Amino acid sequence: MATHTLDFERPLLELERQIEEMKRVAGETAVDVAKELAPLEKKLAELRAEIYKNLTPMQRVQVARHPKRPYTLDYLSTVFTDFVELHGDRLFRDDPAIVAGWARLDGTSVMVIGHQKGRDTKENLLRNFGMAHPEGYRKALRLMHLAEQFRAPVITLVDTPGAYPGLGAEERGQAEAIARNLVEMATLRTPILTAVIGEGGSGGALAVGLADRVLMLENSVYSVISPEGCAAILWKDASQRERAAEALKITAEDLQELGVIDEIIPEPPGGAHADPEAAAEALGETLQRHVRQLRKIKLDKLLKRREEKYLSMGALTEK
Amino acid sequence: MAWFKKERKPRTSERVKLEIPADAWEKCDECGHIDIKDRFVRALNVCPNCGHHRRISAQEYIDLLVDEGSWHELDTRLRSTDPLRFENYKQRLETAVHKAGPLEAVRTGYGRLDGMPVGVGVMDFNFMGGSMGSVVGEKLARLTRRSAERRTPLIVVSASGGARMQEGVLSLMQMAKTSVEIARLRTARVPFISILTNPTTGGVSASYAMQGDVIVAEPGAVVGFAGPRVIKQTIGQDLPEGFQTAEFLLEHGMVDAVVPRSELRDTTGQLLRHMAGRAPAEAAD
Repeated sequence: MATHTLDFERPLLELERQIEEMKRVAGETAVDVAKELAPLEKKLAELRAEIYKNLTPMQRVQVARHPKRPYTLDYLSTVFTDFVELHGDRLFRDDPAIVAGWARLDGTSVMVIGHQKGRDTKENLLRNFGMAHPEGYRKALRLMHLAEQFRAPVITLVDTPGAYPGLGAEERGQAEAIARNLVEMATLRTPILTAVIGEGGSGGALAVGLADRVLMLENSVYSVISPEGCAAILWKDASQRERAAEALKITAEDLQELGVIDEIIPEPPGGAHADPEAAAEALGETLQRHVRQLRKIKLDKLLKRREEKYLSMGALTEK
Repeated sequence: MAWFKKERKPRTSERVKLEIPADAWEKCDECGHIDIKDRFVRALNVCPNCGHHRRISAQEYIDLLVDEGSWHELDTRLRSTDPLRFENYKQRLETAVHKAGPLEAVRTGYGRLDGMPVGVGVMDFNFMGGSMGSVVGEKLARLTRRSAERRTPLIVVSASGGARMQEGVLSLMQMAKTSVEIARLRTARVPFISILTNPTTGGVSASYAMQGDVIVAEPGAVVGFAGPRVIKQTIGQDLPEGFQTAEFLLEHGMVDAVVPRSELRDTTGQLLRHMAGRAPAEAAD
């Protein structure tokens, strides 16, 4: 898929081409190439693993934004079963940038809420590139309360460049919608589990990401501002995004070090898009384990811990 | 031709120059109105001509809202560290301390308003654009907790461009931290009045600033999630006149009232008496 090859994946292209060519020749001439093929494929896998082991922060951003990366709806059909999508905030409209509804995780009913990006232009027009309007966050909150009412865990999947900065979004109270979600999630009387599966774009991510446990897929990122936005503000030059991505500390490893997330979910070599089934399996297993653990904790204790978790975040001194 | 020869008087004027200090006059940035500085000061830095609310310092808001002599500052020793070792952050902090003092982008404390005990937080836009990092989040979280524990109403005056980039995702998490304490304050049923001043955007508007039980804004204050520049860039066209102003938010149902600075104290007191079950001000007199 040359169209979606990231610049740092280019060394893989030549090997991939050789393997393809060999397979084609083998198909035409019925020559057994298995012997020649095996070392090449091994080499390809090693090279891919090597490249992905040493990604720079900006390269991770590229992987997190990869157009082939599995999105919320993909995981809803792989990790979850029995999904019923529920629509609308009951106030203004349905926001397709966030999908939500009942689903089952290992047989248990849960409320899944996630940002949804589009794969092509047409889909992205509908999904607004995964950038929600206030009605998206209000739908999310409405369904969190529905989950609360029936004591079902809430699982949110974060994958957004950010909350949409547009006229309608401001008119309808983008800030208020996010602020309300935060204050209500702080006391929501049911377990909340968040996994960042791609881009964790600032307030638009946190608006569904205040949770008892926050997990990140290995190549996802989570940041207060996009590297491009940060570079534009600090250095008046969006092309300094590499420098900004480095400075902002946005990788899963960074966030674990900063005490903001609880666990990193490993991705298959080459990233989740290289092997969506393996990514889904890893995500599913991890989510199940956390849901099991969270359900065992008494609600009052769970809420207390949720409070303490966020109250302890930050870096300061008091002399 | 002596006819045309006019005897020139010496140019030296005898007029005594009035001793007007150079800074006796002030000009309104909005309408260009020039007036005696004292008139601006007495009007709480609101233009006597057009009503434009100029930025005033955190101290001026404290003086405005808190009964004289009742102010006690809290958490004066909290300082930012540089958790990301973000380039230039240390220097920028030094510059900010030099410009706005060491108390960071929010000052917190307690005092009385019309005799009622209150907890007050006032953001300082002069300190790195009022940006919220770990210290701002912690100071407000502690103030809110104190308010809940002592059952004293909370007043927060916001002025901020949003979360502080230089502390990365930790700044973002201050939105969650403050929200957790605001949620507890709600559960404790202690009133919280949020006062929005120019500008209140980003992570601050998307957390405590918009979580007030009552939210009021100063006239003309720009309040929104995204800043006007970002929106303009996104939609690729100019923004409508008055977009994101306090009046715009009032019209769209996002704030309870637009309150001129001259009435801020009385309105806040009136609201608190309603919410705390106290008699109206007249009866107290």
